[in-house]
Amino acid sequence: MDSGIERTRELPVQEITIDTDTRDILARETKYQKEMGFADWPIIDIDAHHSEMTSWRQVIEYIEDPILLHYAREFQSRTGGAPGLSNHTPGLRYQDAGGRIPHQQQLAEPVEDKSVHRDVTLIRRSMDALGLDYQVLFPGNLLQLGTHPQPRVEAHLALAYNRWVCDTILPQDDRIKTLLYMPLGEPEMCHRIIDEFTGRKGVVGFMITSVRFKPVHHNSYIPIYKKLEERNLPLAFHAGLTWTDEWTKQTDLFISMHAISFVLCNIVHMTNWIIHGLPERFPNLKTIWIESGLAWLPFMMQRLDSEYQMRPSEAPLLKKLPSDYIREMYFSSQPIETSNMKLTEATFDAMNASTQLMYASDWPHWDFNAPSTIYDLPFLDEQSKRNILGENALKLFNLDRPKGK
Amino acid sequence: MVKVFVGAETDFEDRGRKVIEYNDTEIGVFFVDGEFFAYENKCVHQGGPICQGRILNRVVEVLADDRTSQGLTWDDEDVHIVCPWHGYEFNIKTGIHPGNKNARLRRFDVSVDGGEVYVDV
Repeated sequence: MDSGIERTRELPVQEITIDTDTRDILARETKYQKEMGFADWPIIDIDAHHSEMTSWRQVIEYIEDPILLHYAREFQSRTGGAPGLSNHTPGLRYQDAGGRIPHQQQLAEPVEDKSVHRDVTLIRRSMDALGLDYQVLFPGNLLQLGTHPQPRVEAHLALAYNRWVCDTILPQDDRIKTLLYMPLGEPEMCHRIIDEFTGRKGVVGFMITSVRFKPVHHNSYIPIYKKLEERNLPLAFHAGLTWTDEWTKQTDLFISMHAISFVLCNIVHMTNWIIHGLPERFPNLKTIWIESGLAWLPFMMQRLDSEYQMRPSEAPLLKKLPSDYIREMYFSSQPIETSNMKLTEATFDAMNASTQLMYASDWPHWDFNAPSTIYDLPFLDEQSKRNILGENALKLFNLDRPKGK
Repeated sequence: MVKVFVGAETDFEDRGRKVIEYNDTEIGVFFVDGEFFAYENKCVHQGGPICQGRILNRVVEVLADDRTSQGLTWDDEDVHIVCPWHGYEFNIKTGIHPGNKNARLRRFDVSVDGGEVYVDV
């Protein structure tokens, strides 16, 4: 007999912690994609991370310089400090908001599969849960390496990490790609890295970490850009945070520093890149600006256009407005700002988002975006959603179209 | 509207919860200060599993009479549920974000009958 009372089931995970399986953390997105019918679209995530510091004992064994290797081993064996030779910033520990966002703190879930590196399993779980066909992987703490006081250490840690990730992670799954770290602190090492890793499995381009304090238009870097253009390899500027420049030193909370820092670094580099005419010098070099969000772009377009038109003599290489160059660049979508949807829509229009924007998750960081953040935008037509979620990245990185999609 | 069984009243400790699923709708039922509160397990921000997050008291900033800051501390009364995806926080008794009154969780009525807890869906 019908009692009039409906039965239910308890969810297997009542509270999400650092030990929760990635697929359970992201289950709501998996379910939503099926409900809305976009789970079978090509979806490519152009910015996700793994915690290379948890594998640091393995990474440092790839250090070529024998003395730096010795120091790294010595530091690694001690407790209480940052992993050997890295300039890991203690302030980063605020990222999980005091334990409120467990996946930022640690992915400590059980992994039974010992046939591949643990990170590969974690990456696969996030890709499956988010419905991804490819994921472009970056390190975490090494994004700070551009401010390391020792350029030689930056260079050799970059080389070691690149060798480790190409040997250990990328060969394990065709869906994992990367834009490899270039240590601008030592331009010669950038050339070595481009030469050594071009064509390696999973390498789809190269990346400059934006947290660094040398102008990116300096003549010493020009041959690097020339080499990338000749090889048709994209160049990414991956934003990051710093609490040590004169501006962010004035912010005493993580929220304040993070909100400014991730944008400020790319504001400076993009300004130099455009005003010094790099897009004219390398018209076929594709640049990607990663993890600064999107709200800065209308500001940059209007500000640079206004000043350029009054002072064209200071930027004689330019043949069109700065905003015209910006509209030819590529951008990652995360962390997308949507608190004022009219402004978001205007930003998409201004930057030609339908052809220039690419979805990024930034998983497993605290401000990650699931693919539904693009799918749910009320002003986008379906083709634009498909372009941003996958088609633009398929073209830019010349990736094989996923089977059946 | 149907009455959906959640569990026995005695299953809930103070600040305890049950997150259940009924017909594809996930609902979190919380027991705080002797009262039950229920919300959809879907954060208004980006759809995250809000009811599976941490329960923490609200953080407040202490201002002296001269309006100088005396630092942050826990509020004794206001209890928050925190979305584990991105950290959005909501008052567990009202379902409202502390700084954005338009950010409100979808709420369900809770009843207790004969020691059993139900939500109206």
